Amino acid sequence: MNIELFEIWAKHGDTMLKALGEHVFLAVTAVFLGMLVAIPLGIWLVDRDRYAKYVLGGVGVIQTIPSLALFGLVLPFLGIGTRPALFVLMLYSILPILRNTYTGIKEVSPVYVEAGKGMGMSRFQLLGYVELPLALPVIMAGIRISIVYIIAWATLAAAIGAGGLGDLIFGGIAVYDYDLIMAGAVPAAILALVASWLLGALEKVVTPKGIRRS
Amino acid sequence: MVIFDRVSKQYEDGHEAVKEFSLEVKDGEFLVMIGPSGCGKTTTLKMVNRLIEPTSGTIYIGQKDITKEDPVKLRREIGYVIQDIGLFPNMAIEQNIDIVPRLLGWSKEKRKQRVDELLSLVEMDPEVYAKRYPSELSGGQQQRIGVLRALAVEPPLILMDEPFGALDPITRDNLQEEFKVLQKKLNKTIIFVTHDMDEALKLADRIVLMKDGEIVQVGSPDELVNSPADEFVSTFIGSSRMENYKRSETR
Repeated sequence: MNIELFEIWAKHGDTMLKALGEHVFLAVTAVFLGMLVAIPLGIWLVDRDRYAKYVLGGVGVIQTIPSLALFGLVLPFLGIGTRPALFVLMLYSILPILRNTYTGIKEVSPVYVEAGKGMGMSRFQLLGYVELPLALPVIMAGIRISIVYIIAWATLAAAIGAGGLGDLIFGGIAVYDYDLIMAGAVPAAILALVASWLLGALEKVVTPKGIRRS
Repeated sequence: MVIFDRVSKQYEDGHEAVKEFSLEVKDGEFLVMIGPSGCGKTTTLKMVNRLIEPTSGTIYIGQKDITKEDPVKLRREIGYVIQDIGLFPNMAIEQNIDIVPRLLGWSKEKRKQRVDELLSLVEMDPEVYAKRYPSELSGGQQQRIGVLRALAVEPPLILMDEPFGALDPITRDNLQEEFKVLQKKLNKTIIFVTHDMDEALKLADRIVLMKDGEIVQVGSPDELVNSPADEFVSTFIGSSRMENYKRSETR
């Protein structure tokens, strides 16, 4: 098996590296864009319970659309290539981050909220001093879930010509080259593990010292 | 200092928590509000810093109608201590104490000096405690910090909502003693809510006994014990407590 992997590397190394680069770019950019949408939206929803149910429900529906179908759905509007792929992956990345931002802040104990308000914090200060720091580990967990998902789903982006490790997998399937499939699948799996580990470590770092579990 | 003028609070479910509450709290007075749960004492307290808005009536602090003030600014000028302590777990002790000074934009040096000053006030060494986190302190130490946090910008008025209620009896006793001394020294006006009659008798200059949103009796501990207004007051104080109090008076 080891020898096989080395042979695959020797044969497809250059393609793999290029595909890996594209893959990382797709996943990281998509999740980053997702954060830009999900975190402010989650914060905004905290004081608007009436909308929260619908927004979270709506974003949840997106999650149920099979990704290949969604790539197909945006095809007429955004065409093929990196742009539509990023758009679709970004949509998928929103839910875990949004849900964790919203519930993370909601679950901050009302004791701290009352203390903060009673001290004379404005809504914005309460968020910055108390709610966000205490919710940060939960938000980070959402980002971590998101990136692991997106790394897996980004392989399908190759179907609309966005490149990435999916290129190798699809190519392998087309010509029935098992090695080529492995050349795409193995790095994707490793990438997901590494990303999860990295973000797990980051989660520990951003957790405020006073609430870290030693 | 604080004037309640026919203040009422009716909640959305129709429950009338406070009915036509009128009272004048004097400068430097230690006022304790007491009564069975649901009597409206906490609601009354929280209307002073506008965490709860009255349905009718007016509250004045100094000469000012508080509904005309910005609630955020108002709260920074009033100390607030709660039963659950509520120290922010993500902040070190010094950051917890100087939260209001930070909100008010004090300089770093001034804040540090104030933190040291306050910690020394309760005989907690700043070298030892300033950088610690709330979870590393005992319940009694935490509530000392809770009190210091309320004192940080020297507000003339401090609201305390059962601040010692969650502590064990010995710690509670110590903190009550300490706090009484502190209050005399700093000459603050304090509105203090409790359901513990011993605590009220020990700390209060004046006690307000409430029931069903209304004042049953207002008076000094002596007056309440020696001439309870009605059956409810004497039952609430309890005969053994009355005996004990009178005995310690004559001694």
